[in-house]
Amino acid sequence: MHFISPVLWQFLVNWLTHFALFPPEASSIAPHADALYFFLIAISLVGLVLVVALVAGFSFLYRKERNPEATQIEGSTLLEATWTIIPLALFMVAFVWGALLYFRIYNPPTNAMNIYVVGKQWMWKAEHPGGQHEIDSLHVPLGRPVQLTLISQDVFHSFSIPAFRVKREVIPGRYTTVWFEATQEGTYHLFCTQYCGTLHSQMIGTITVMKPADYEAWTEGSTSGMSLAQNGERLFASMGCNACHGGNATSRGPNLAEVYMTKVQMTNGSYAMVDDAFLRDSILNPTMHTMAGFAPIMPTYQGQISEEGLIDLVEYIKKLNSNYRIQQTLNTSQVQSSAQSPASNQLSNGGRAQQAAPAAPGMVKP
Amino acid sequence: MSTIVSLPDQTTATLPKRSYLNDGYGLKSWLLTGDHKRIAILYLISITFFFFIGAFFAGMVRLELLTPPNDLMAADTYNKMFTMHGIVMVFLFLVPSVPATIGNFVLPIMVGAKDLAFPKINLLSWYLYVAGGVMTLAALILGGVDTGWTFTTPLSTHYLNTHVITAGLAVFVAGFSSIFTGLNFIVTVHRMRAPGMTWFRLPLFVWSHYAASVLMVLGTPVLAITLVLVVLERLIGIGVFDPAKGGDPLLFQHLFWFYSHPAVYIMILPGMGVISEVISTFSRKRVFGYTAVAFSSVAIAVFAFFVWAHHMFIMGISNYSALVFSLLTMLVAVPSAIKIFNWAFTLYKGSITFETPMLYAFGFMGLFTIGGLTGVFLGSMGMDIHLTETYFIVAHFHFVMVGGMLMAFLSGIHFWWPKMTGRMYPEGLSKLAALVTFIGFNLTFFPQFILGYLGMPRRYAAYPPEFQVLNVLSTAGATVLGVGYLLPMLYLTWSLKYGKIAGPNPWQATGLEWQIQSPPLTTNFEETPLVDYEAYDYEWLANKTKHEVQTVG
Amino acid sequence: MDSQAIATHPEQEQAEHEHSPYLRHHFANLEQQKETSTFGMWLFLLTEIMFFGGLFTAYLIYRNWYYPAFVAGSHQLSIGLGAFNTAVLICSSFTMAMGVHAAEMRWRKPLVGWLLATLFLGCVFLGVKAIEYHEKWEKHHVPGLNFSAEGFTKLDPHYPEDKPLPLDMAEKTQVYFSLYFAMTGMHALHMVIGVSLLIILVVRAWGGAYTQGHMTTVENFGLYWHFVDIVWIFLFPLLYLISRHQ
Repeated sequence: MHFISPVLWQFLVNWLTHFALFPPEASSIAPHADALYFFLIAISLVGLVLVVALVAGFSFLYRKERNPEATQIEGSTLLEATWTIIPLALFMVAFVWGALLYFRIYNPPTNAMNIYVVGKQWMWKAEHPGGQHEIDSLHVPLGRPVQLTLISQDVFHSFSIPAFRVKREVIPGRYTTVWFEATQEGTYHLFCTQYCGTLHSQMIGTITVMKPADYEAWTEGSTSGMSLAQNGERLFASMGCNACHGGNATSRGPNLAEVYMTKVQMTNGSYAMVDDAFLRDSILNPTMHTMAGFAPIMPTYQGQISEEGLIDLVEYIKKLNSNYRIQQTLNTSQVQSSAQSPASNQLSNGGRAQQAAPAAPGMVKP
Repeated sequence: MSTIVSLPDQTTATLPKRSYLNDGYGLKSWLLTGDHKRIAILYLISITFFFFIGAFFAGMVRLELLTPPNDLMAADTYNKMFTMHGIVMVFLFLVPSVPATIGNFVLPIMVGAKDLAFPKINLLSWYLYVAGGVMTLAALILGGVDTGWTFTTPLSTHYLNTHVITAGLAVFVAGFSSIFTGLNFIVTVHRMRAPGMTWFRLPLFVWSHYAASVLMVLGTPVLAITLVLVVLERLIGIGVFDPAKGGDPLLFQHLFWFYSHPAVYIMILPGMGVISEVISTFSRKRVFGYTAVAFSSVAIAVFAFFVWAHHMFIMGISNYSALVFSLLTMLVAVPSAIKIFNWAFTLYKGSITFETPMLYAFGFMGLFTIGGLTGVFLGSMGMDIHLTETYFIVAHFHFVMVGGMLMAFLSGIHFWWPKMTGRMYPEGLSKLAALVTFIGFNLTFFPQFILGYLGMPRRYAAYPPEFQVLNVLSTAGATVLGVGYLLPMLYLTWSLKYGKIAGPNPWQATGLEWQIQSPPLTTNFEETPLVDYEAYDYEWLANKTKHEVQTVG
Repeated sequence: MDSQAIATHPEQEQAEHEHSPYLRHHFANLEQQKETSTFGMWLFLLTEIMFFGGLFTAYLIYRNWYYPAFVAGSHQLSIGLGAFNTAVLICSSFTMAMGVHAAEMRWRKPLVGWLLATLFLGCVFLGVKAIEYHEKWEKHHVPGLNFSAEGFTKLDPHYPEDKPLPLDMAEKTQVYFSLYFAMTGMHALHMVIGVSLLIILVVRAWGGAYTQGHMTTVENFGLYWHFVDIVWIFLFPLLYLISRHQ
């Protein structure tokens, strides 16, 4: 190959080694997605070949030199029906197959471990339940279903892992979820695929799939000492949540122990499932989530807790099994702040949130 | 004026003494004209201008993507490039392309009218278009805008400090231009048909324009009010789309796509009309299954309004509404398939010749088939999760819009060029251009399907190095494509003065527009035509020609 | 040109060409011209429905989510002024209809009179609207510019049966007022356009332009005016009377 300049040759080699037609199949979903992809390619090829063959064939057979006089034909109902029904049937297969895949991708198995991801211009922040924080990278164990709960702090982002064939829009103001089970060790691309401003193309990261044992080691090595739930507990106390959600019969707010994933009745009589989104919304828009039997007296915490803080609180409430520790904390704090409780006079002073919530916004995140 | 005009022999053809082109010469006679043909020419000039502006941005985008890091321009600049490319191409080129130029020119003649129903509103629509274009240019000159053509909130309302308001208002104004065009077409088709021109004698070009006009009239106002809310949100922060104030950014998505999905049918339907005319003419045969093709246009227009949420499958809409929208998306694909097969069977037992418009039409059929079928990939919900927001979307959209619509536009321009100008384009060169366009197009956009499946996100100024091969191919293709688009621009301009004189009916086509002189008189017809034959009746045409030859001889 | 191919009826054509100076060149006869412009007007009104439709959609969604805020917000509007304005608009529709009738009858002075009455009522509507907007400004209810939800967290003496809103819901009244201003603002914009057109119509009617048998313009303007009126008929209950169904 001496006639090609060595620089160009290097380029070519480099390119060809990187060249691929398919991304790696690294999750349990990927083979399913690829199967549908090949089916769709197959019907596309059949359709395309058919159209090209018809056009080319007729162009050859009935070109003016061979067929100087056209024969007028009105149409054919039978043919019309054929090319209405056959494509429709194929499209319906694509529809059903696609729907099954969609439900598979967006309905996590119950035993999935949960990782929270906050997107913001222009970085991804992952929070593991054990309190490990990562920026623009995500470590996950091999062969274990992982559910991601995603939220954006500013604009729309989109969390995409091509090797896993999963993607989910990351939206400001509401949780979205996606799950996957990695089946192949390695590092893979993480992209933000929704245009999100200047450095959109820098909002990328890596997904590292590790053997479960390595993952354990990694988890232990990168812990910050406090789990999300522990952070949440601190926040719960410092925001004064325990004043109303103490779990006593006299508490003004509902008991939160073991409330997660139960159906609760709302003031308007309807029932709602207490999931992550419900918990988050209840903190920000409490009066829209007032449970039956309670007065709508909880102040809003909109703008006072960061998304990370909300995740801590949600994680804490999810893991809350008993009210013992809440009551312990409460007793201690009541002793400290004598009889005066800021939450008790929130109604009379106009319900201003700033007065009701003892913590300043800056203090909420340790 | 009493000369026999429908002779196929072009050597004896002469330019008519009086035509819409020499009915008044000053600038004023053009800028204040009510003549639909002159307005069509004004539109043609202005959309060509904006096409090349948009193409310039596309060129810059492809150039930046030649190498993985963003080395040619800053990320900011790149974002402005693709945004301006999108806004200019979608709102200032694709939406008005066929309807406002070819449609404006031939639709009234096809139905046998002397003009569109509202000539002044037609002129107003051009001025609105120009105003929208000037505002877009203003946004560009003042420093550009980087929202993406989709104006996604809250990015566009709260997180950018570029000229979003100017660009938004530009689209708002251009939108009204499109509303007025659509309104004019609908009224013209309903009320201005010549005696004997029944609905089922209308050329399919008219049917597809009618369907597109319904979409323009009903869809565009929703975009208009959405943009008003975006502008207000940005100006004073009213909070309707702001999650911090209780608004819902997804509502913006719903409202935006409620227009912007039908908008792709606004863009493609008129192109389909062109293809029906061209295929029929050059195979000398009535379009196979006329009624099926006509009603498939209407079906597309109806379904088009009920599929918008397929742009939001991954955005957390409920699984069940995703299900419904996926199903409807599959249904909207069927009428397009019907059209493709009917066109293919129009060739059956025809007597086919391969002039340039026909080559472009063949290009359309192949590329639109790919574009349409890859749309099924995206309508299939599970597949959409992986493919959406990647280069697969980019490739799909460009196969439909550039491979489909632009091919149809060029096909139509070549087809009606003799009618518009009275002169022929150079056939050999134009065939070469069609071929170059086809090759360049495939080289540009086919690799992007693969890039998309590999996961390369769209709107990225920089990308991982393993995507480079395909990006280099794509950029190389774009260069070829650029040549393919410059060529017609050059030789069509050349042909204005040096082209062969076309005569009234160089293609021996059956439409009413071919039965009058080229270029037509300002009033189109000397006398109101009385239509007593079906569309695409080549036997009628043959009889008529024979009769005329006898009269002469 | 092309005399053979397409049969025509020259005699008939000639007969129709003789008449009215109002017939534009591209129409066969006045009837077609009139039908065409009326059809165009209806189509235009259809686009207007879609235009307001986007706002109505937003209204329905947010009203569903933030019902208490919407009720509290609507209690801040003056039903008296709203009802008065509704009456004004209905009357103006009546005067407009009378104007169309006068044009049909070719009565010049009554036409001018009815149009002036319509113009007057339109201005009254806008004046009242301005008063209402001014009041909103003073109460700090203009979203984005000077909004404050404070009032809604306190007991409203005018509606003692209404409990004060908790702060999170009170802040959602901003969404209500955004929609209130967007909807009534768009409506008022249509009124302003209508009033401006009316001024032109009055001047031309005074010159006798619409009382010589060609009154399509007046009729089409009438359609527009009635449409704007009907939009208000929807806005009034949605924005002012929202909580009064109990």
